[in-house]
Amino acid sequence: MSSVLYDAQGPRAKRRNTLYTAVFLVALAALGWWVYTALDDKGQLAWPLWKPFFSGTEAYSTYIWPGLENTLKAAALAMVIALPLGAVLGIARLSDHVWVRVPAAIVVEFFRAIPVLVLMIFGLALFAQYTGVSSDDRPFYAVVTGLVLYNASVLAEIVRAGILALPKGQSEAALAIGLRKGQAMRLILLPQAVTTMLPAIVSQLVVVVKDTALGGAVLTFPELLASANTMSGYYGNIIASLTVVGVIYVIINFSLTSFASWLEGRLRRRKKSTGAVLAVQDLADIAGTAGTGADPAGTGAGIGDGGARK
Amino acid sequence: MFDFLDKYDVLGAFWTTVQLTLLSAVGSLVWGTLLAAMRVGPVPLMRGFATAYVNIVRNIPLTVIILFSSLGLNQTLGISLGAHGFDAINFRLAVLGLTLYTSSFVCEAIRAGINTVPVGQAEAARAIGLSFTQVLGLVVLPQAFRAAVGPLTNVLIALTKNTTVAAAIGVAEAAFLMKKMIENEAQLLAISAVIAFGFVCLTLPTGLILGWVGKKVAVKR
Repeated sequence: MSSVLYDAQGPRAKRRNTLYTAVFLVALAALGWWVYTALDDKGQLAWPLWKPFFSGTEAYSTYIWPGLENTLKAAALAMVIALPLGAVLGIARLSDHVWVRVPAAIVVEFFRAIPVLVLMIFGLALFAQYTGVSSDDRPFYAVVTGLVLYNASVLAEIVRAGILALPKGQSEAALAIGLRKGQAMRLILLPQAVTTMLPAIVSQLVVVVKDTALGGAVLTFPELLASANTMSGYYGNIIASLTVVGVIYVIINFSLTSFASWLEGRLRRRKKSTGAVLAVQDLADIAGTAGTGADPAGTGAGIGDGGARK
Repeated sequence: MFDFLDKYDVLGAFWTTVQLTLLSAVGSLVWGTLLAAMRVGPVPLMRGFATAYVNIVRNIPLTVIILFSSLGLNQTLGISLGAHGFDAINFRLAVLGLTLYTSSFVCEAIRAGINTVPVGQAEAARAIGLSFTQVLGLVVLPQAFRAAVGPLTNVLIALTKNTTVAAAIGVAEAAFLMKKMIENEAQLLAISAVIAFGFVCLTLPTGLILGWVGKKVAVKR
């Protein structure tokens, strides 16, 4: 194992690394032991608390699946509404007209600066005071509203960056053959930009899925986390419930992240395209969101690449 | 229209937001840098640990982590982080949760920064006989940090916004106060405008100032 950051290991370095490994292993074991005793002291490792997840389907059919369904429903709906909105805002920001460009920029910057939870709380009160949405549906509406407002502005930046990432020759050639600005955007730039930003959009889905949990914790929206909370009330196993729910989130989001990285690599290798791919790392820069996924170091040819030199 | 401001401590709530942000920022910068160092280091076990940590933590919603620290760590296991009283305990738990979560993104930002350092830098450092810690500490990380200011700024802005999640465990920060005010007052738009304005005031200057700093310190290549 060698990297550009350290030399190939001689006998002394090998011994030293073995020592580090041993020390680190002891530290990890101590941490593990501490967690184990802490849990065991409070009886949190007792089989009855974990049994619902390993035998029978009651816990899944009564609590987890309905919650998961709501999580996915809210995330999918929010994404479906936010995508066209984001596209419109993103294209508006590229407009040649100041009176289109500036308002779009203000809207995008405003909603990116505000926490999505604040938008959700606002949405909840808004639906309660100004619309006839029944109080059962309100949390769902509020969660989707908050997610749409925030993610439309993030997607707008993705769309803008995706279009700007295309080689300049594309729009020049389109204008040269006599297309109008709108035609060039619709026929030449957007179709290419869509593939360019596909990985970034998939990773944004991870953020959306994670943010639905806010609705469960603060707005009583019955999604996965909220139903885990209800479930733990029934079984009396809060730690076990939250652990299982955490694992479910990791599985969903890790698959999405991996899919995004795979998509990115595939698009990058493709010979037909212009070669412009919006790296997932660019997304993190655009979105100013710590919710983005995928592997930023995986795309660079730099030196921090998990130890192995390219 | 804005007379509700006299009844509530809006500035105090935003001060809590700022405190949560700063404490978690310092904590996650330290822990995130350590994770990044482990990820590029020569010890396979540390590399594996840091990779697993980052991949797991950033895929769990922050809400789950914060709720777990309150319901699991505190109420079930009785861990109070040396604080007394509901407010103080939950504040510390929120800082803990935010730090653990944000450090995975700090790690990624620094790793991206490390990737911008040309390979020749590390090769030259090794050629003059520096050890791994010296290569990383004296040559690579100083350059990486300068390149990472941009990504780290985005992490900081996201952290500022993420502090609102602490409202889920009753920390009296801005979003918590907003919820309380909306329940008691019939001035939805004015209240929301005040809270939104507060967050814009916190995040926009952060982005502008640190964006300028980032350009200033970036290594010209």
